[in-house]
Amino acid sequence: MDGQILSIGPGDLVSGALQMKHDGYRLVQICAIRTKTGFELYYSFAKEYNLVNMHLEIADDTEITSISNIFEPAFLYENEIVDLFGVKIKLITLDYKGNLYRIEKKTPFK
Amino acid sequence: MSTRSIVPFGPQHPVLPEPIHLDLVLEDERVVEAVPSIGFIHRGLEKLVEKKDFNEYVYVAERICGICSFMHGMGYCEAVEHVMNVEIPDRAKYLRTIWSEMSRIHSHLLWLGLLADAFGFESLFMQSWRMREKILDMFEYSTGGRVIFSVNKIGGELKDMPNDMLNSFLSMFNDMEKELKTLTKTFLGDYAVNSRLKDVGFLTKQQAHDLGTVGPFMRSSGIALDTRKLGYAAYPNIDFEPITSTVGDSYARTDVRIHEIFQSFDIIRQAVAKIPNGEVSVPVKGFPNGEYMMRVEQPRGEAVYYVKANGTKFLDRVRVRTPTFANLPGMLETLKGCQLADVPILILTIDPCISCTER
Amino acid sequence: MNMMPFTKTALKNLFSKPATRMYPQQARKYPQRTRGHIEINIDTCILCGICSKKCPADAITVDRAGRTWSIERFGCIQCGYCVESCPKKSLSMLQDYTQPAGQKRIDTFEKPPEPPKEPVVSEQKEAEKNA
Repeated sequence: MDGQILSIGPGDLVSGALQMKHDGYRLVQICAIRTKTGFELYYSFAKEYNLVNMHLEIADDTEITSISNIFEPAFLYENEIVDLFGVKIKLITLDYKGNLYRIEKKTPFK
Repeated sequence: MSTRSIVPFGPQHPVLPEPIHLDLVLEDERVVEAVPSIGFIHRGLEKLVEKKDFNEYVYVAERICGICSFMHGMGYCEAVEHVMNVEIPDRAKYLRTIWSEMSRIHSHLLWLGLLADAFGFESLFMQSWRMREKILDMFEYSTGGRVIFSVNKIGGELKDMPNDMLNSFLSMFNDMEKELKTLTKTFLGDYAVNSRLKDVGFLTKQQAHDLGTVGPFMRSSGIALDTRKLGYAAYPNIDFEPITSTVGDSYARTDVRIHEIFQSFDIIRQAVAKIPNGEVSVPVKGFPNGEYMMRVEQPRGEAVYYVKANGTKFLDRVRVRTPTFANLPGMLETLKGCQLADVPILILTIDPCISCTER
Repeated sequence: MNMMPFTKTALKNLFSKPATRMYPQQARKYPQRTRGHIEINIDTCILCGICSKKCPADAITVDRAGRTWSIERFGCIQCGYCVESCPKKSLSMLQDYTQPAGQKRIDTFEKPPEPPKEPVVSEQKEAEKNA
C-alpha cells in the first residue's frame, strides 16, 4: 500500500484530522468499502509527496462526525458515501441529505 | 440597497462540454456564492466490478472518460500490478510514458480550443483542434483507435510502436511545435484575449492548499508539486521540473497549460532517445490478493486509484478519485466576487471533466 | 500592444486549400491497425465459447448444440479482447467500421457439420497392422 496506514477508532477521527491539519496536510480522498460486518473507511491525507491513510472499521449503524469543518472539501466526499453506501454522518457543512447523485434506488452499493 | 437573486446555471449551457448545475446567488451583477449540483451522468461504473472480472475491467476503466482515457486504463493496471507484484518490462514502461504524454498534449489542445470558443474566438478554436487532429491520427496509426485505445493490459501493453514509427512521430512533433509557437502569440499576447483572462478569478497559494486543489489549477497558484515525480512508469529516468506561476488568475492557468505542452514534447523526445528494445508484456497468472492506492498525474491533476482484491477473479472494490472532484471546491471559491459574465470562463479554467467526476 | 497577432494565420488559411475532406464522396483510408469490426474464420473455430465469456459487452453468443457463432454488430465495442483470447486464432479485427443503420443487426455464422471420421481411423489401423 502506497503510504503508511494508521488504524483508529471512530471516536478519534476528529482529533486525528485536527492533527493532520495542524501539520500542514491536505485531504486527498475519502473511500468507503462494504464488508460483511459493516464498512471500512479510508481517509487519505498528503503533504508534498507523502501519503498517510487513516483506516476505520465501523458497523452498519455507527454514526461518525464529519470533518468538513476542518477540511472544507470533505463535504463532497462525505455526501457521496452517504448517498451511495448509507453511512451515517452528522454535522456536514453542506448536507444534500442523500440527493447528491439523483439516482432512483437509495444506497445502491450497500 | 442591493437585491439578491438566484440564477440557475446549467446543466445545458452552450459553453459547457459536460452537464453540471450551479445555483448562483447574485447581488446586482456580482456572484456572492455558488452551490453545486452534480449527478446528471452517474453511470455506476464502480459497481460493475461485481460483474466483470479483473481482466475485463480494464476495458470498463478506460471508458470512464473520453479525454483522459489512456491514463485511467494505465492507473488501474498499475494498481493491480502492484497488488500482484508483477514487474512489467522496461520497454512497456517507456511506451506508457510516451502515450501518456501524447494524451496530455491532446487534452491541453482540446482545452485551449474550448477556452477560445468560450470567449467567442471561433477561428482560434478551429486552429487548436486542427492541430489536435494530427495527434489523433498518430493515435490511430499506433493503437487502432482515435479516442479509446485499448492497449493497456495487466502485465504490459498489447501493441508495440516500432522504432521507425517513433521517429516519424518525432518529425511530426517538430512541425507541431512551430505551429504551436505561432498560436501561443495569440493566446498570450492578443489584446482581446488578455482582457478576458487577466485579473479574473484569483486563488491564493494558501487557499489552493486548504481547498485541496490539484494539477495545473494548483500549480498556477504557486505550489510546485507534480505527481509524475513519484516515479511510476519511466519518469525516474526523465529530466523535468513542474511548471508553476505565482499570479493565480485565469491568464496564469492558460500560461501553465501551454508551457506544459512544450514540456511534453521535450519529455517524449527524451523517452524516444532512451527507450530500450525488448518485450512489451509479461504473462500473468493467478488472482490478485491485497490492496493498493496508486496515484497518477492526469492532464487535469492527480488521480487516485484504490484497488482491493480478495483472491478470486472478481475484485472487492475499485475506487477512482478524479482530479475534477478535488478541484470543484476551489472553483466555487474563485467564483466568489466575480461578474456574472465571467462565470463560464472560470468554470472552464479548471478543465472540468464531469464524466470522470461522476463515473 | 499587439492588436491582431492572428491576422497572419487567418490570411494564410484564406489562401490555402481546406483542411477537411469531402466525405462520403472521397473515402477515408484507414491505417492498418484500426479496430473496425470482427471477422471469424468459421472453419477453424472449435465452438469452445471462450470469446463469449470474455467479451466485456456480452455481444458474442456461441451455440454449441446448434453449431452457430453470432455477434451483435452494434453491441461490439471493438476492444479486441476476443481476438486475443481465441485459442485457435480464428477471430481477426478488420479496418472498416459497421455502417450506421436504422435497426440493430445480429450476424450469425454457421459451422457446417463434420464429415464422418470412420475411414481415416481404419486406414490408420491398416497401416499399423502392415508395419
